Amino acid sequence: MEITEDTIKHVATLSRLEFNDDEIGEFTEQMSSIINMADQLSEVDTEGVPETVQVVDRDTVFREDKPEHWQDREELMENVPEKANGFIKVPVIIEKDDNE
Amino acid sequence: MNYLNETIDSLNKKLASGDLSADQLAKDTVANIKDTDKKLNAWITVDDDVKPAENLDFSKSKLAGIPIAIKDNIITNGMKTTAASHILYNFMPMYDATVISKLKDAGATFVGKTNMDEFAMGSSTEHSYYGATHNPWNLDKVPGGSSGGSAAAVAGGQVVAALGSDTGGSIRQPAAFNGIFGIKPTYGRVSRWGLIAFGSSLDQIGVMSKRVKDSAEVLNVIAGGDDHDSTVSTREVPDFTKFIGQDVKGLRVAVPKEYMDAVSGEMREVIQKQIDTLKDAGAIINEVSLPHTKYVVPDYYIIASSEASSNLQRYDGIRYGYRAKDTKNLLDVYVKSRSEGFGTEVKRRIMLGSFALSAGSYDRFFRQAAKVRTLICDDFDKIFAENDVIVGPTTTEPAFGIGEEISDPIKMYNNDLLTISANLAGIPAASVPAGLVDGMPVGLQIMAKRFDEGNVFKTADFIERSNKFYEKTPTGMED
Amino acid sequence: MNFKSTIGLEVHFELKTKSKIFSPSPVTYGAKPNTETNVIDWAMPGVLPMVNKDVYRLGIMVALATHAHILPTTHFDRKNYFYPDNPKAYQITQFFQPLARDGYIEVEVHGKKKRIGIHEMHIEEDAGKNTHGTNGYSYVDLNRQGVPLLEVVSEPDMEDPEEAYAYLEKLRKIVQFTGASDVKMEEGSMRVDTNISIRPAGQKELGTKVEMKNLNSFDHVRRSLAYEQKRQEQVLLSGGRIQVSTRRFDEATGKTVLERVKEGAADYRYFPEPDIAPDHISQEWIDEIARELPKSAFERYDDYVNKFGLKPYDANVLLQTKESSDFFDSAVEAGADPTLAANWMNTQVNGYLNDNRVALADVKLTPEHLAEMINLIKDGTISSKIAKKVFAETIENGTSPKKYVEENGMVQLSDLSVLKPMVVEVVDNNPQSVEDFKNGKDRAIGFLVGQIMKQTRGKANPKVVNKLLNEELASR
Repeated sequence: MEITEDTIKHVATLSRLEFNDDEIGEFTEQMSSIINMADQLSEVDTEGVPETVQVVDRDTVFREDKPEHWQDREELMENVPEKANGFIKVPVIIEKDDNE
Repeated sequence: MNYLNETIDSLNKKLASGDLSADQLAKDTVANIKDTDKKLNAWITVDDDVKPAENLDFSKSKLAGIPIAIKDNIITNGMKTTAASHILYNFMPMYDATVISKLKDAGATFVGKTNMDEFAMGSSTEHSYYGATHNPWNLDKVPGGSSGGSAAAVAGGQVVAALGSDTGGSIRQPAAFNGIFGIKPTYGRVSRWGLIAFGSSLDQIGVMSKRVKDSAEVLNVIAGGDDHDSTVSTREVPDFTKFIGQDVKGLRVAVPKEYMDAVSGEMREVIQKQIDTLKDAGAIINEVSLPHTKYVVPDYYIIASSEASSNLQRYDGIRYGYRAKDTKNLLDVYVKSRSEGFGTEVKRRIMLGSFALSAGSYDRFFRQAAKVRTLICDDFDKIFAENDVIVGPTTTEPAFGIGEEISDPIKMYNNDLLTISANLAGIPAASVPAGLVDGMPVGLQIMAKRFDEGNVFKTADFIERSNKFYEKTPTGMED
Repeated sequence: MNFKSTIGLEVHFELKTKSKIFSPSPVTYGAKPNTETNVIDWAMPGVLPMVNKDVYRLGIMVALATHAHILPTTHFDRKNYFYPDNPKAYQITQFFQPLARDGYIEVEVHGKKKRIGIHEMHIEEDAGKNTHGTNGYSYVDLNRQGVPLLEVVSEPDMEDPEEAYAYLEKLRKIVQFTGASDVKMEEGSMRVDTNISIRPAGQKELGTKVEMKNLNSFDHVRRSLAYEQKRQEQVLLSGGRIQVSTRRFDEATGKTVLERVKEGAADYRYFPEPDIAPDHISQEWIDEIARELPKSAFERYDDYVNKFGLKPYDANVLLQTKESSDFFDSAVEAGADPTLAANWMNTQVNGYLNDNRVALADVKLTPEHLAEMINLIKDGTISSKIAKKVFAETIENGTSPKKYVEENGMVQLSDLSVLKPMVVEVVDNNPQSVEDFKNGKDRAIGFLVGQIMKQTRGKANPKVVNKLLNEELASR
């Protein structure tokens, strides 16, 4: 399957990553061979085969609705690069991004 | 303190008798690490002010006062945890992973955090923001990965045991490359709470040690149910040390021909020799087939990368970790922090995962991989219906040279060919030293059905007693 | 040309739990920023979600109350997108196997009954909150992160804004009376998104969908849909094309304003959440929840009007909130006369709540005390005048009416052996009043009652005194 620079750029946007013009060519080539390696799975006949997304031996593990206080705000805020008055500070949000 | 000739039992005896104080042991351990790590670079963080827990009871806990190395993707309260990534270069946790809480309860000492491939993505520990780790058997070779720091620390005598994590072979492959034992328990045997997620349906914390029994001792402590992880099993945990010292008579051992065909020459001979030893001791050897082996690498890379692409989205420069300078707006913070904070291999996996999950690719990649995973699980079920363990080589080759494969991702990915299946199927698997090939260690892999770590320990311990590989000293540590 | 509208609604309800859906952080309203959070809410490296059982219980209640089919196996999925109020950069929701499907509710619009389908409902987590500053920064508070939500997605069964309005009213009432949510639009515990498309009558395929988000009230929903109907008609009539877009309702102008045009569907890269095992919902548990399901507002109305004989108006006032209806039911159960209880609830109790701007849950009045007080009135122990004093004390301080009345000597004097001699005496002392009475002057009795009240300091039972006076005067 053909992987174009545009595909890679689109996936990079989804992933919030950027590659400069020098990198993008080589990266596209590399991704193309990795994706085609992955695409070998297409040859397996999986008609009617159920999906396995987990290999857990139990299900339905519920927690009782009991509120608990684990950490203080100060502890949690310690690693925050920019903060103000108990808030996490971020550069202005222009509009909600829809991954488009 | 050099641990090459020590076991948890021997240390426990010295501590209990008072010949050695936990405090001295901790200090000596750090001093030795500082000294030997100039060669190995196995550690990201070493605690100069290390202090053992107080009121240790050496008769109640074998691990009391014993320094255990912790892979740096396991969260340690108050000790920097980076996952070997620039994006977490300054991250100071405010909670403990469940395995850490359990080790603390057992009185273990924490001397620091070991090097690894960034976010556990890699098979060589070259993909670390903190530089490559070197193999104690040959400093020009990789220690394998991603738990290469833990493996080198154990093999190099810096600690007696270490925690690693294994998503596609990250404990077993470095164990094999370093001539030590390493076990990835059943998915759900050990809580993942506090393990920095890579591929959530595959990740499992495990143990690495020179001697098989020592891993059993540590696994005894870290295994078991946990309210913080809804994928962990509540089954009772057996005493794994009771599987040490047993014989293998009547043990049904399956040898997949696809695994044996993946190795050749001297390596195949070394592996075959271990199988013959089992046979001579009365084990029943059956040649079997794992017909989907050809597809495990693509299957794994789709599933692990898809999960990783989502798991690693939280590293965005907003709440913790690296934030890029000179950003104009929010999008800039995201894109620049992530692009500057992640290494190339991590970016590749995120890209592959985002691609596999994106509109138009989901059915062909992620969904198809989830279906093929079912077929791979079925292959194992069939074999375990008639066999107790599966054995074969852990890797296709001994350790390769540093820098040799780093520019060829697909070649690097194929390193995991023989270890990946156990993660996809969630079964326990270990690597035990089999011998040397061209002066470098190779491992025998042992797998069993889900929650049957017992047979893995039993088989591994038998191999250890047979080939006495532990008597060998790593050649790269000699001055 | 005639046009037909197709309207669908997506309604989010905050489920009323004590702790969050995937972490035990408390759910509170109006706490200081980031104080009700922990490592899970912050998406610290290494954390894992643990599902709150009550979220399912409340969700199942709503599913049962809307006749929806509960899926025996549900699974959470991840919806991936970057935003500062979304710390994991994915929302845990149910995309592939939601909680329930294929429900319905019945509404009545313009005298016609109509069934509106519910496509599905699923459980998910709320995001934190961003406050936009004026200095080029936004401020993130994660207290709301992880508050449980139930999203109810209707079928596109509605054809005009009135139907949408009726659907919302009915849905709110249903959810409100399960007790699963506070359903307060103003506090965000109920949020409505709408979508509407129009097509020429006779055309089969649906028109292009326009979405409207974050509508503040049912009235805005109705007005924005009505405006959109007209706007889209005009666009089509003038040969234009409707764009797939999101619009918002501008309250000041009553118009909808374009927010953004969507180029293709957003790519959320949904996939099954690997950190949570599948949830199997057993029939036994569903049955248990069904048994505990509170009576709906509609059943209660029927009881109030047909069983208790309340006026429809009074019944509806009681049914404005589940709390007041529950309170009333408990008072009746504690022995209060339903009509008296309804009167007290709808006048004195509501009056007190309005005057003091407090909620029923926050005052000290209990249904048992209300019943006790009503019975004291009914058996003549206290007068309605005294009752007002007793009520004030009880609702302020939670004092038992019986105890209060006894301790303060407020018991009404109805004892004939005490009152009779007083009546005889007062009549004896006022011969003029006997005259007046005989001449048919009713005022005379009023004067005599007043005298008795004065003597008893208001405690005499006026009914009894009246009766005794009439008898006494007639006998002279």
